[in-house]
Formats: sequence, C-alpha cells, structure tokens
Amino acid sequence: MSTATATATRTAPVPMRRRSFSWAPARTYIQAAIILVWCLAPFYWMIVTAFRDTGYTFESTPYPNHITLDNFGTVFDESLGNHFARNLLNSVIVAGITTLVALVVGVFAAYALARLNFRFKFAVMGFILGASMFPGVALVTPLFQLFTNIGWMGTYQALIIPSISFTLPLTVYTLTSFFREMPWELEESARIDGCTQGQAFRKVILPLAAPATFTTAILAFIGAWNEFLIASQLSSEQTKTVTVAIASFTGAQPHQEPYTAVMAAGTIVTIPLVILVLVFQRKIVAGLTAGAVK
Amino acid sequence: MSTEVPARSEATATPTAPHRMPGRESADRKQVTQGRWASMLLLPTLVLLAVVIVYPVINAVTMSFQKDAGLNPVTGFFEQGGFAGIDNYVHWLGQQCNGQACPPGTLGSEFWSAMGTTFFFTIVTVILETVLGFWMAIIMARTFRGRSAIRAAVLVPWSIPTAVTAKLFFFMFAFEGIINKLLGTQILWTGSEWPARWAIIISDVWKTTPFMALLILAGLQLIPDEVYEAAKVDGASAWQRFTQITLPLVKPALMVAILFRTLDVLRMYDLPAIMTGGANNTTTLSILVVDQIREGFNSAGAVSTITFLTVFLVAFIFVRFLGANAVGAATSSGKK
Repeated sequence: MSTATATATRTAPVPMRRRSFSWAPARTYIQAAIILVWCLAPFYWMIVTAFRDTGYTFESTPYPNHITLDNFGTVFDESLGNHFARNLLNSVIVAGITTLVALVVGVFAAYALARLNFRFKFAVMGFILGASMFPGVALVTPLFQLFTNIGWMGTYQALIIPSISFTLPLTVYTLTSFFREMPWELEESARIDGCTQGQAFRKVILPLAAPATFTTAILAFIGAWNEFLIASQLSSEQTKTVTVAIASFTGAQPHQEPYTAVMAAGTIVTIPLVILVLVFQRKIVAGLTAGAVK
Repeated sequence: MSTEVPARSEATATPTAPHRMPGRESADRKQVTQGRWASMLLLPTLVLLAVVIVYPVINAVTMSFQKDAGLNPVTGFFEQGGFAGIDNYVHWLGQQCNGQACPPGTLGSEFWSAMGTTFFFTIVTVILETVLGFWMAIIMARTFRGRSAIRAAVLVPWSIPTAVTAKLFFFMFAFEGIINKLLGTQILWTGSEWPARWAIIISDVWKTTPFMALLILAGLQLIPDEVYEAAKVDGASAWQRFTQITLPLVKPALMVAILFRTLDVLRMYDLPAIMTGGANNTTTLSILVVDQIREGFNSAGAVSTITFLTVFLVAFIFVRFLGANAVGAATSSGKK
C-alpha cells in the first residue's frame, strides 16, 4: 500500500528531469555496478576455482579455463579421508531437526507474543531476544563437560540441543513480527461464528500463517546449517557437519592446502542455499528485517 | 519519531484501549484468560530455552568457581579440584599463573590481548559495515532498472556459510592468491599480525554488510517521499536532507541493526579460527575459550562467563544509553 504511493510520487518529477541531461542516473548505475561486483566477485571466484585443474589453482584468468570435474571427485573421495556425503547428511539431520523443533515450539510462543495481552510480555520478549544474541561459546564449555559425562559426545543430540539455543529465539522473534501483520479480523469472525480460541487458531490462523512459518523455517535452517563453533567442538568423525568438514579438508597432495577441492565443497554447500534464498528473496528480506522496523 | 511512541504503552499490558472493550469488568476478565492462555503457549519455549541456555550457563558459572584438577607446579603432586573461590577470575583478569604473571605463550597471558582484539574487530567492522551498508541501502532505495538484481545480489554473501566464506577468503588472500595479484603486492596476508587482522575484517565486512544494508533499507522505505520533496522545496541541500531527515528517521532501525551486528562480532569465532587459527594476535575471546576447554573445564568456564558478561554489558549499554530499542520494536502492536 505504501509502495503504491511511493511509486506514484517518484514518477511525478520525471518531466522535470527531461529538461537537461542529468548525471544522477549514470552515477546510480556506476555505484550499483560496484555493489554488484563487490557482492558477487568472491562467489564467482569460488565457482571458477572449483572447476579449475589443481595444477592451475592460482591461475588469475578471470574466466573459467582448465575446466575439470576432478575437484568434485576429490570432495567425495573416501580414500583421502573425506566423507562429504556423510557430512552433508549430518548437516541435513542436525539443521532439519533443529528447525523442526524450533518451529513446532516457537510458533505457539510467537502467537502469544503477537496476539495476547499479558503481564511480563516485555520481559519475555527481552529474554528471548537476549537468548538469540547469546554467545555460543558460553554454552560450549559446560556442554562439553556435560556431554562427556553422560556419553553424548559426538551424538546428534549433542549438536541439535545447542543449535536450538539460537534457532528457537530467532524463530520466535521472526514469527512474532510476521504474526503481528496478519489479518487477525478473520480470527475474530471465526470466534463470532462459534469457534473457541483454540479452534480459531488451528482452522483459521495456521493456514494463514503458513507462508510466514515457511520463511521463518528457511531462516532457521540457514542459521543451523551455517553453524560452526558448536559442531567443531561437539561432533565426532561420524556426526561431523559440512561446515566443520570444509574447514579441515584433505586433498590428494599431502601437506598442501587443497584449495580447488575446498572451493568445490564450498560450491556444493552454497549453491542450494543461494538458489533457495534467491527464489524466496522477498520473503527472506521481510523475515530478516522483521522486528527491526515497525 | 513521535509516531512511534505508542509502542511503549503496550508493554505495561494494561487495557489502554477501553473503547474497544464493552466495559472495564469484561476487559479485566479477558486479560486474565489471555494471561493464562499466554503462559500455556509460552511454556514450551521458555522451558526449552531454560534447558539449553539457562542450565548450561548456571553450570558454567558454578564450574568457574572450581579448581581444575592437575599437577601442582609448586609441590609436583597431582591435586584434585575443589572450591577455588575467585582464583580462576584472578587468573584471567590479572593474567596470573600460580601467583606470578603468566609466561608468554600460555593462554593465561593472552586474555587482555584477546579482549582488545575482539573489541578492535567489533569497532572496525561495525563502523565499516554501517558506512558501506548505508551506502548500499541508499542505492537500493533508488528507482532504476535492475534494482531487483542488486537486491538479489546482496543476499548472496549473506547466504554463504561463514566457514565457507573463511575458506574462500583464505584462498583469495593466499600468497599467490588473486588479491595479491590484483593489488600487485606480495603480502603474507594470514601470516602476520596486521594483514591477518585486515583479512579477517574484510571477510567479515563482505559477509555481513548485506544484512546491515537490508535493515537500513527497510528503515529508509518507511520515510515518505513527501518529506524529501518538502525539504527540497525549502532549499535543503542533499547533505542537509541526509543529516536532517534520513539519519534521524532511520535511526531506530539503524540502532537495532548496529546492536545486532555488535553482539554478533563480539562472539566472532569462525573467521579467525579458520583463517589464522588465532595466530598473529587474531585470537578473539571465543577462540580463547575454545582453546582453554582442552586445558581445563573450570578455567574455561570462568573465561566463558567473562565473555558472556562482556556481551551482556555491551548489550545493556546499547539498550539503556544508545536507545537501541529492539524489544520495543518487537513487542509493539501492529504496524503503522
């Protein structure tokens, strides 16, 4: 609605601009091009290197040459001690379960925070926000000892539980902001039609909230997928996630950083995320900025 | 600014809109049932957070007052742990090992330098990200063909896992890497103190400026164009329009963005851990804690508690004195 008025006022001064040539658009395009290159060049370089022969690792030709798929073979080569397929599966399991738990639990809290009036609302929101900003390193020490004592080191739950500590607050915070902007009049009409508050929630609100929930799920999943600190300390060979695996990759040449293979692994991990993010671009931006602005 | 004031009244949760309620009595009753309903809905989240955050933190604080078992350097005998009082804190804050200054090279001697490095990274990256993010947001707020491409492009660095970003920049900053070739320099980027610090800062700025830019852009889009038109008519220069209109109106969103980013950099671990392993004075507080875990839990508990309190203190200063009202933004009812 506000965008409509914005474009209306923006198009208005066009005749004025036509009078003389203005440098303003050209300057905008130059700056936009700089932003584009700054954001995409490293990403582009990762992909180019991923497809480059190891012998030409430090080739500086800006376009792809010496193209090979060997690096992707190295990534999955178990004889080199890489278990990347396993690592990918581990990341999917850990990030997937974390996201699921955070959503199932967080959706109720978000509803309460967005819709209900109760005492301590401010305090609860403050606690949840504080939790989302909590330094993960302050959890690693006690959990390291605790999980060692109860024999959980290197298990999936040892990775999932600490991941919930930052995904759940993020989920609640984002969902709360989304929920506040939903057409809640429909809930009231459902209640007038005889639904209880619980029924109105299940039958009217949940279907309406699905897109917001989905966006939040993507954000939570990306957060959990990208986690490194906790996974690097509490995982074992069997439960190592992709981020940890990429940081400690072994290549064909001993004592030589396998740059091209690492770039290939990075490409494998990143491309699905980038596609996901670009497809749901609008929603993700809305989710990221939700709460920061009113 | 003034339009945002009603946000506060929500927090007290008293029925401030009596015209919506049929009467005071039923409003109170509604309040009670809503409160009961709310506590049921919030319970799972609060219990789970208590288990995954509050319990470990209490555990860490308890540990931090215990002695690590180990050899006593004075007597040479193995000693069990036991209550240590504030010894662990004296060890870190005073950099004291067994009653004297910790020898160089031990973790104990690195505390204040790690604290300094962490704050240096925080201040420099947040300033760079704010300036660059503001610039990006202003460009993205303009109408031009291809604007959506820019908005998509800024999401790319954001969506790349930090560990991959670290490896990518480690490769680009390699001695024979593309950055030395482009600059025509021969710098051992990750091999000496200041180049390593700048390599880490540049990587972090690349990865997280988009987040800042998007938050600022969201704030910019709330400013109606009419305000700018009016200022132009009144003869305000571009700089005046920026300082008199844009900055004050975007300030709430900006402060929240700066708060989030500051607290995020204070716990920075992935980039230095992967790019330098904390060598060459790039050890942050988080790296120090992780290194200490294998040398003694209880002492690690103390330094992790100090880290947590530092982050907490900075957050408090931001919210209390700099007006970063993240909670207010989150609890205010409805938009507009």
